[in-house]
Amino acid sequence: MVVSHLVKKQTYFDSVTLMLIGSQVKKLDGIENAVVGMCTDYNIDSLKRLDMYQPDFDSLTPNDLIIAIKGSDEKTAKAAIAEVETRLTSKKKTSESAQLVPTNQEAAAKQLTDANMVLISVPGEYAAREARLALNAGRHAMLFSDNVSIEEELELKTLGVEKGLLVMGPDCGTAIINGVPLAFSNAVRAGNIGLVAASGTGLQEVTSTIHRLGCGITQAIGVGGRDLSEKIGGKMTIMATKALIEDPETKVIVLVSKPPAESVLTKLMSEIKNANKPVVIYFIGADPKVIEAQGFTAARNLEDAAVQACKLSTGKSYVPEFSDTKIDEMAQKVKMTTGNVRGLYSGGTLCDEAQRLLQGSLTEIYSNTPVKGCKTMSDVYKSEGNCIIDLGDDVFTRGKAHPMIDPDNRAQRIVQEISDKSVNMILFDVVLGYGSHPDMAGEMVEAINKGRKASGNKPVMAACICGTQDDMQGYSNQIAKLEEAGIMVFPTNVAMVKFAQKCLERK
Amino acid sequence: MSNLKDFFGKKVKVINLGIPSFADDLKRQNVEVIHTDWRPPAGGNKKIQALLDKVENWQNKVKAAKGAK
Repeated sequence: MVVSHLVKKQTYFDSVTLMLIGSQVKKLDGIENAVVGMCTDYNIDSLKRLDMYQPDFDSLTPNDLIIAIKGSDEKTAKAAIAEVETRLTSKKKTSESAQLVPTNQEAAAKQLTDANMVLISVPGEYAAREARLALNAGRHAMLFSDNVSIEEELELKTLGVEKGLLVMGPDCGTAIINGVPLAFSNAVRAGNIGLVAASGTGLQEVTSTIHRLGCGITQAIGVGGRDLSEKIGGKMTIMATKALIEDPETKVIVLVSKPPAESVLTKLMSEIKNANKPVVIYFIGADPKVIEAQGFTAARNLEDAAVQACKLSTGKSYVPEFSDTKIDEMAQKVKMTTGNVRGLYSGGTLCDEAQRLLQGSLTEIYSNTPVKGCKTMSDVYKSEGNCIIDLGDDVFTRGKAHPMIDPDNRAQRIVQEISDKSVNMILFDVVLGYGSHPDMAGEMVEAINKGRKASGNKPVMAACICGTQDDMQGYSNQIAKLEEAGIMVFPTNVAMVKFAQKCLERK
Repeated sequence: MSNLKDFFGKKVKVINLGIPSFADDLKRQNVEVIHTDWRPPAGGNKKIQALLDKVENWQNKVKAAKGAK
């Protein structure tokens, strides 16, 4: 094996673009590893760990691009470098228009003088600075970036509340503001349900279900997973909920979050207790009685939050898309053997939800992100027993794009799980919408067929699709691809997990 | 202080810093968006960046004070 490299000074690309190109080039024949990244501390550490570091990298800055390829011989490695360059050139061409492209927020604001929202997905160490600039200029901020300290989050949200501006995040993947889907969001129709959520995929699951049930939304405001912590004090949740209470277009409010810190819960309840409209609350894993005692509607899960909101918004009756009878019939069709269940999730909240629901059906569940009652996996890269895994967790996304964007990691893991003879059922999610991969179902089917062919094993496969008929990937088309490959397909995570429970009862 | 409620219903106009596909998605929906070819400020030198931020803060304070007069 040889390592070839190329340095392009003062050439900046965002990390997602680079990680996707690196991932594609790694698949070429004769290539063992590829690091395509800016000269950040993390990438330097990775290069050293992979034994690909070169003395040329010593004097570089985070504005310099490194392409390092480990290949079977120099010709192969050099060809891979040329391939990276070609892909980078085509990216630059597609992202540049005839207009001069600004290189910072201030220059961009000179071109779009009345910009009122800044979508920030730069490396975490620079994200708070950009959010601060946005707020001081009177613009709302959505921080998709993670690795922003809680101290910075507190400072930004204090400033946001002072100015009446949104600070969505950090680590906020989903928002739909005034009908505009930002980052990872689905095409959801306008309506009268307003949502505030401290969970990206939770918000996607509830808004998509609301759409498929025939209703719509006013706003879907993401606040980031730490907003309801003691330290942040629910600053954005409270500000956004109060605004929805005052908003005449919003008839029903939905709140989704992990259970808040006790002091924050008291504060939040006192702020919204005089809401003159129904509030549906799903505090994941919390006792619904606490919510009901305050006069609010408690949802039992994400699907139920959507069903309850639709009922309250129209006064009509709504039921989940797949009834228990239908799910039971689907479970009767599959042949179950004794073995382990594996869940391979790209959505963190969906992974949490599956763990909670399956605890009654499985004696032991392991996870890399265990909820109460589940156990921590000893090796996140090798499953043992029943495992429900969040492949979007930091441990899997360091130096790699999120599994909703890049299916590579999960595809490999599916092949690995199918080849494990102890596995009798695999559950996974397919999240559609803006930001997500154009054909996740197709990628998963390819991996499943590869795993089946290589091992001869055929565990029961079930998928849930989080999305709407208006999403660009084609909702029906994605379902058809999965069903043609013999995969049981469900509209929600809850329906898929109920199916798993029914199958396990028959074991 | 403005009220968030007053922003509801207004046209969203976006500055995108970072992942280009987020801007592409918005363009496809005819949302006014400007993508920046963002790069770390001050050539990635954090000490210089901190100094520049200090100068900018100071300039903003001077501007605000002049405006108040």
